Amino acid sequence: MNPFKSFHIVKRDVLPWYKAWGVRAIAIIIALIICGIVTTITTGLNPISVYGAFFQGAFGSARKIWITLQNMSILLIIALALTPAFKMRFWNIGGEGQVLAGALATAACMICLGGKLPNVVVILIMTVASVAAGAAWAFIPAFFKAKFNTNETLSTLMMNYIATQLVAFFTVVWEVPKGSFTVGIINQSTNAGWLPQIFGSKYLLSIIVALAITAAMFVYLKYSKQGYEISVVGESERTAKYVGMKTEKVIIRTMLLSGAVCGVAGLLLVGSINHTITTTINNGQGFTAVMVSWLAKFNPITMIFTSLLIIFLERGAGEISMNFGLNQSFADILTGIILFFIIGCEFFITYKVAVHKKKEKIANGKEEK
Amino acid sequence: MAEAVIKLVNITKKFGPVIANSNVSMEVNKGEILALLGENGSGKTTLMNMLSGIYFPDAGEIYVNGKKAVISSPKMAFELGIGMVHQHFKLVDVLTATENIILGLEGRLNKKEAKAKIKEICDKYGFDIDPDQKIYDMSVSQKQTVEIVKVLYRGANILILDEPTAVLTPQESEKLFTVMRNMKEDGKALIIITHKMHEVESISDRVAVLRKGEYIGQMMTKDTNAAEMTNMMVGRTVSLNIRRPDPVDPKPRIQVEGLTVKTIDGITKLDNVSFTANSGEILGIAGISGCGQKELLEAIAGLQPAEKGSVVYVNDEGSKEELLGNDPRRIEELGVALSFVPEDRLGMGLVANMDLADNMMLRSFRNGKSIFTDRKSPRNLAENVVDELEVVTPAIETPVRRLSGGNVQKVLVGREIASAPTVLLTAYAVRGLDINSSYTIYDLINKQKEKGVAVIFVGEDLDVLLGLSDKILVLCGGKVSGIVDARTTDKNTVGMMMTKIMEEGGTKENESI
Repeated sequence: MNPFKSFHIVKRDVLPWYKAWGVRAIAIIIALIICGIVTTITTGLNPISVYGAFFQGAFGSARKIWITLQNMSILLIIALALTPAFKMRFWNIGGEGQVLAGALATAACMICLGGKLPNVVVILIMTVASVAAGAAWAFIPAFFKAKFNTNETLSTLMMNYIATQLVAFFTVVWEVPKGSFTVGIINQSTNAGWLPQIFGSKYLLSIIVALAITAAMFVYLKYSKQGYEISVVGESERTAKYVGMKTEKVIIRTMLLSGAVCGVAGLLLVGSINHTITTTINNGQGFTAVMVSWLAKFNPITMIFTSLLIIFLERGAGEISMNFGLNQSFADILTGIILFFIIGCEFFITYKVAVHKKKEKIANGKEEK
Repeated sequence: MAEAVIKLVNITKKFGPVIANSNVSMEVNKGEILALLGENGSGKTTLMNMLSGIYFPDAGEIYVNGKKAVISSPKMAFELGIGMVHQHFKLVDVLTATENIILGLEGRLNKKEAKAKIKEICDKYGFDIDPDQKIYDMSVSQKQTVEIVKVLYRGANILILDEPTAVLTPQESEKLFTVMRNMKEDGKALIIITHKMHEVESISDRVAVLRKGEYIGQMMTKDTNAAEMTNMMVGRTVSLNIRRPDPVDPKPRIQVEGLTVKTIDGITKLDNVSFTANSGEILGIAGISGCGQKELLEAIAGLQPAEKGSVVYVNDEGSKEELLGNDPRRIEELGVALSFVPEDRLGMGLVANMDLADNMMLRSFRNGKSIFTDRKSPRNLAENVVDELEVVTPAIETPVRRLSGGNVQKVLVGREIASAPTVLLTAYAVRGLDINSSYTIYDLINKQKEKGVAVIFVGEDLDVLLGLSDKILVLCGGKVSGIVDARTTDKNTVGMMMTKIMEEGGTKENESI
């Protein structure tokens, strides 16, 4: 008898939130158990101590907590930047490039203007330049999408490579010392163009900016006229045209916003956190942010938690590979397993598997001889 | 007594908290045509989908030919000889009829054999298709024929037809009925879902009625009449007469002159169309589907660029405004209160995933200077529409895609007439709606007419067009084949005009109006 006849899949009605979160909690528990089994089999280590180290990596000390929060802020800002585009069904995979464009503009201002103008003016120009650069990077694919309906997934992706190569080029132009192929810490002696520390903490600025953008994005998407237009264009372009929305304008405007917020992430990365620029300064977070945004179902508030989860996994995984002398790949395996379950459980939130009653199976079996 | 090929016992199906079918028990006999009646959302399609393996019942039993059956996939339904022809065709456009029919079948591919078998089926029941014709070259009725042959090819003895006549002209429907009678003679069992009472009376042997997911009862068609069946469906007495108030002080409102529309590929969709729509009148548009109705309405509404011609709006003071070349927003800014109920309700008129209040906002969200939307008035409007038009919805916050067809249409029409239009365009306003909802919509349209709105009503049911409109413009292949007075003309005349351009007389009459 065909085993597929003994169950079928039914779409669920909307689950109440506590049940949905229950499913997710169960998924995480199962993921942890599987990770434990895999750890024991492959390394012979005690899974409990591995988990302990995992947690230590993200929250083990005050400094570690601050770094976790700071990393989370940048990831959150990029995810928030991508969200309006995603809500419009515009698959902006170019977060990486848009952040790099912003970062490059920031570094250029710091190097070229630092010390020559009052610091406040430099920072102001840096801010404007980074936002403009991110927006410009997003404008190009948006324009072609709006005018010629080109595939934005490809064009935004390709813009990433251009940005990376530009940064590589300027790294050589600005390299300090000559021949090192790195820019080094910019304005280390003067601190010109360094973004201010808040309450003496070098971590707090990114966190505050991230929270402010979260609140603003939430309100923008949910309550503003433009946010409403984004939803309508995303859901049905024909409906948008039918009520006289200019879809081309909405697409370009939304992508400018998306790129501008990415530019802010670039500004913080260079101006506040690293004070230097490399091609890998963003560490692929333009892509990770896609997942953060999707996992949160495009809800800015939920993104606080999803970005924290991803950063927690990243930092925990890094810690265990260091502590137990395992290589980074093992940590990636664990992260992969956990994410698999977290994303996979969404299936069980949307659908339910109905197993046919045994009686029916027997009856059915008989008829088939 | 006839022998039951299908027996349903206490079938229940729930979608979350919504009960689509509750304890339905009924039978279908060999060699009969059963009409399944019920309002929108009464669970007809759900019940049939369980027979054809698309849904699986939560409780209850299905017996096919006296044996208990578990139908958990369409393939299993075919194995049991059950085939369903859906409302929306599922054909591959670039393949031929034969290729579509054998698509998905297992075993060796032998087109020659298949063609012979298809020909045999066609001859037996009187179908008229060319097995080598590509689907994209076919008319809607030919596509439907392919769907039916596909089901028969797979050996179906029990055929389910879900609103097969919704897309057909009266002549095509008649042809379909002849074929259905032939299949019946051959001993097949047929279930037909339709909202058109005269069709039920002419084609079916027996009717079964569902109401709100429950089985109400069955009777022999010859022992009943349209009024009784409708009352059973609705659960109370309804009047089946369409009201047609006389137009009061009609004045030209929309003047279309020499309108020509071409698609991107250069195919002419509208060819030199001219007419005038008056205030306080309903101008019916008749025609086989795809004869330019959609383009005509969209051109007036500012959604379809035109090759040449003009669409002039005349306001109460007599000043004129050219509408062509403006988008809907610009038209609104010109002070033209134009409402449009498009054919594609969920894909164009509404946003399926948004709730009622957010859908109400589509027309009004720009109001006010604030950068934020006003959420309160759309909500009030949604509540009013739900109240006044008796929309059945769990809440204002329910996404409209979860409402049944009739309720979706009420939401859309309710929003469109809320802006106090002077021109109302409707495309297939009652397609897929049950009798009760249809009459609600006719009534709403009549009320707009009495308010002095110029109504352009694109319809497919000639009885309705003849009963509701003041004038009827007949389109044929993008050309106007005539404009007739709906009070004096008859179905045959209009039917003839739909299939061929009238001689001189017809077009002359058009110019004189």
